[in-house]
Amino acid sequence: MSDINITITDREGTIHKVEAPTDMGMNLMELCKAWELPVEGTCGGMAMCASCQIYIHSDHPLPEMSMDEDLMLAEAFHVKDNSRLGCQIQITPELDGLEIEIAPEV
Amino acid sequence: MIKTDILIIGAGPTGLFAVFEAGLLKLKCHLIDALPQPGGQCAEIYPKKPIYDIPGFPEVLAGDLVDNLMEQIKPFDPGFTLGERAETIEKQEDGSFIVTTNKGTKHHAPVVAIAGGLGSFEPRKPLLENLDQYEDKGISYIIRDPEVYRDKRVVIAGGGDSALDWSIFLADVASEVTLIHRRNEFRGALDSVEKVEELKKLGKINLITPAEITKLHGNGHLEAVTVKVDAEEQLLETDHFIPLFGLSPKLGPIANWGLEIEKNAIKVDNTLDYQTNIPGIYAIGDVNTYPGKLKLILCGFHEATLMCQSAYKRIFPEKRYVMKYTTVSGIDGFDGTRKEAEKAVIKTIN
Repeated sequence: MSDINITITDREGTIHKVEAPTDMGMNLMELCKAWELPVEGTCGGMAMCASCQIYIHSDHPLPEMSMDEDLMLAEAFHVKDNSRLGCQIQITPELDGLEIEIAPEV
Repeated sequence: MIKTDILIIGAGPTGLFAVFEAGLLKLKCHLIDALPQPGGQCAEIYPKKPIYDIPGFPEVLAGDLVDNLMEQIKPFDPGFTLGERAETIEKQEDGSFIVTTNKGTKHHAPVVAIAGGLGSFEPRKPLLENLDQYEDKGISYIIRDPEVYRDKRVVIAGGGDSALDWSIFLADVASEVTLIHRRNEFRGALDSVEKVEELKKLGKINLITPAEITKLHGNGHLEAVTVKVDAEEQLLETDHFIPLFGLSPKLGPIANWGLEIEKNAIKVDNTLDYQTNIPGIYAIGDVNTYPGKLKLILCGFHEATLMCQSAYKRIFPEKRYVMKYTTVSGIDGFDGTRKEAEKAVIKTIN
């Protein structure tokens, strides 16, 4: 499988165009960490801390939000309509060209 | 003043295992942790989640791993200062250290091992105007003494276990308990959710969902909050507001101890003993960084082991020692207990 391209805007507004593998079982939180972007991912990806909150800026088809993710976002801050937890979105070929922004630190 | 051989800051799995390795070297340990219970993230964030990469355990729940570690270190009688955050460190003339917590508890040790994970867990504060103005004047993020709320009106916000558990507990203490959450569903344990439902029916908990608090009102002390339900705002008079939105780790005061910090982690010498740039202060587990660092519990265990050997040499520079195998030497607890392999039975055949 080939890599896809994802555009990540960090907390300073800097835009990072990164390549993301679709065959390593990685999610968007892990992708940010792999590129050393400031996402905490405190709970390791269990939708239990909201420290990987991102805003989705493109209209790609995304996996539906689980109850866990929805309830975690309900207790997070700076939440918008396009908020998701990066750890709950797996990198798949359909996400090629995805544009995301890292939410403010809490 | 609490005196010990190795003062461990952080009672997560790495800090706890360090007690065991130190105990084999007859070194006594004392641990400080900001959380009220040992176990760090394993106990606080995901006690019911399985871990699959602890060598020898195909699967172990994080909470069970902590319980097992506590059992394993019991013979070495560790001391604990829990619910307090290590605040300041002072180097003494003899090279030892005095660490003082935010509550003023002093600890004296020749060696300090920072096993602070991602940092000390601080409450996540809601984004409300004038929030800091009412802190400790009606707003608190941690319930230290439930008696403070006796016969008072209390508003709790949040959707996890602590929001549910404290609502249940305070229903019998406070004159009025209101629980506010942005969803109708709760993340907490099922029996807690059911209990809240039952108390709601009995009129002992006033449940407002889906709703959120948008404003604070008061004059010196908190007097009321604005609750937004759907699009409508209503004023709710209260004596206390307890936002329980979980905890987030912050490196905190340790960042000002003069240690070399890189990417929010403490730089250590991984070629030798995980010592920091200050001799006598070590950093082990998730809190440290070095080339190739992996934040794994099993790596923390390894780092704790090497740290203890180095700490021994620092405390007893004149003594010679070789590492011993527990299978051969057994374990002599500080409490007088002894564990050892069964002796081989030698029988003569006539």
